[in-house]
Amino acid sequence: MTGNVAQAWGAKLARAQVIAAYPITPQTTIVERLSDFIAKGELQAKYLTVESEHSAMQACISASLAGARTYTATSSQGLLLMHELLHWASGQRTPVVMGVVNRAVGPPWNIWVDHTDTMAQRDTNWIQAYCENNQEVLDMVIQAYKIGEDAEISLPVMIMEDAFYLSHTAEPVEIPHPTLVDAFLPTFHPRHVLDVDEPLGFNVLAGPDLYEEFRFQLAHAMEATATRIPEVDEEFERSFGRSWGGLMERYRCEDADVVLIAVGTATSTARVVVDGLRDSGVKAGLAKLRFFRPFPREDIKHLAGEVDSITVLDRSYTGTYGGAIYTEVVASVKEIPHSPKVRGFYAGLGGRDLSPEVIKDCMMETLKAEESGVVWADVREFQEV
Amino acid sequence: MRAHRLPHIWCPGCGLGNALRCYVEAMEASDTPLDKHVCVSGIGCSGRAAGYVNVDSYHTTHGRPIPFATGLKLVRPELEVTVFSGDGDLVTIGGNHLIHAARRNLDLNVLCANNFNYGMTGGQFGATTPYAARTTTTPYGNFEQAFNLPLLVAASGATFVSRWTSLHVRQLTKAIERAFEVDGFAFVEILSPCPVGFGRKNEFADALAEMTHFREKAIVRHDADLREVGITMRREDPIILGNFVDEERPSYFVGKDDLLKSVLEGRE
Repeated sequence: MTGNVAQAWGAKLARAQVIAAYPITPQTTIVERLSDFIAKGELQAKYLTVESEHSAMQACISASLAGARTYTATSSQGLLLMHELLHWASGQRTPVVMGVVNRAVGPPWNIWVDHTDTMAQRDTNWIQAYCENNQEVLDMVIQAYKIGEDAEISLPVMIMEDAFYLSHTAEPVEIPHPTLVDAFLPTFHPRHVLDVDEPLGFNVLAGPDLYEEFRFQLAHAMEATATRIPEVDEEFERSFGRSWGGLMERYRCEDADVVLIAVGTATSTARVVVDGLRDSGVKAGLAKLRFFRPFPREDIKHLAGEVDSITVLDRSYTGTYGGAIYTEVVASVKEIPHSPKVRGFYAGLGGRDLSPEVIKDCMMETLKAEESGVVWADVREFQEV
Repeated sequence: MRAHRLPHIWCPGCGLGNALRCYVEAMEASDTPLDKHVCVSGIGCSGRAAGYVNVDSYHTTHGRPIPFATGLKLVRPELEVTVFSGDGDLVTIGGNHLIHAARRNLDLNVLCANNFNYGMTGGQFGATTPYAARTTTTPYGNFEQAFNLPLLVAASGATFVSRWTSLHVRQLTKAIERAFEVDGFAFVEILSPCPVGFGRKNEFADALAEMTHFREKAIVRHDADLREVGITMRREDPIILGNFVDEERPSYFVGKDDLLKSVLEGRE
């Protein structure tokens, strides 16, 4: 099945009760499949096609406040249009789960893979997980509900997949048995719900004497995810026999001289590159960031204590010096003494192919470089016509 | 037209080619030189129009061609600003902009190709999908009610409101020419087949079948009661076309100048 069908299956197995979405390429086939499940009676859920992504998120928030398990999906411009309400979903502590198909942000128009859309939402206090393959997509949608709905956490979760590489590419995926999923994922019982018999006031005005405490609690909840995520992954393995590795997965990092840090489908290519480099005598490794929020700060610090050179691949441009991942990695490694050299590379933007050659070049450049810095890995030089 | 951008991406039988041709012919027939025409498009299949016409053009984000056109017209009122977009863009995600532009009665032309669904993303239902119509997200039929666009835009205050189909090319071209002429908000709804997205799920075997339906059921009634021109899926119901509203009403600039003049008179 494709990554988009895997998203739909994840939401179906999790028994999402309210689904609100707006069409956008390359997300649309997720909600098409869900509406099909509902029409056939295979999923007992309310389905709404609202008039914009902004309304989709608002509908999910209110449904979640009313006690329903909710799901939505979007991409690129649609995610940007939701931005205002992403803060409301996390601030109100509604554990909405959203599939995001990573697609470039305009202008110019481009529908291919690029992570700028979700990196631009890194400050909205959503849990953010990037996936490498379609099995991980399906499994993570189920895990997302378990993590987000935890009483100590109560935060919304985005499950990301790369446009077309996953969203529209089919590969074998095992569908977990519904009985096992039901046992793994209890029904949703939020602490506070909209209830006419026990009225509660949500979103009251909080003055300077209270506001900061709301934000502190939000930060505290995100901190709690760093321990809860690996636990949920272990519980998942006990139920389904598969695990994905907590916040960050290490691949051949033992005694490595250079380690690549990346997210999404590029990590599959990177495994091949690492194997090739090892075969030719270069001690290379891969650290796959599975989560960007919470950022795996401690995992990165441990890694930084063991290697001298780190390559960071950013498939997004966020206007900072160095990409979104680069800046966070540098901030983390600076917390340890004798921090390693970190080289950041912009590559694969707007769907440009991230070939093994490009990734290998980035890692070899890192080994040769004398200090940390940022490089546009694969950009074409402008020339006077 | 920008010949090097052709052939266009639209499916065989899609109404957008006809609609664009009528727009281009109306531009050529208008008194305004081509370099004073501006084409603004939104998102959806129709969005490509801005790239095909060889006049100044802008392809906006989803739902926002009318705000873009509004800003442009306020700064450069001498330009003939036309929005060429679809129902999904103009009526759903950008619906608020449509009614407010009509209320404001700024001198813009909005050509709305209505194919009753979100065609580009694969045929989902939207705010113009008739009751009971099938789409990819309403496999057993749509249970929501659709907007009646001429009624909506007329009630919002537009100066010119018209509806034709992509089959009625002469009337449509004339209506677009009239939209250019009037001083105020002009809206032309263009009923347009979407054989791949909408037609095939609703028992129109191909584009020709949908166009044949348009031809057989079309009734021209310029003085129609707009409450009765909503589109239904009942095959026996007529499809009412015409130039429904064409009346003088102070446009945005006229209203502004008149008010300022009366308020400031005698203050010198």
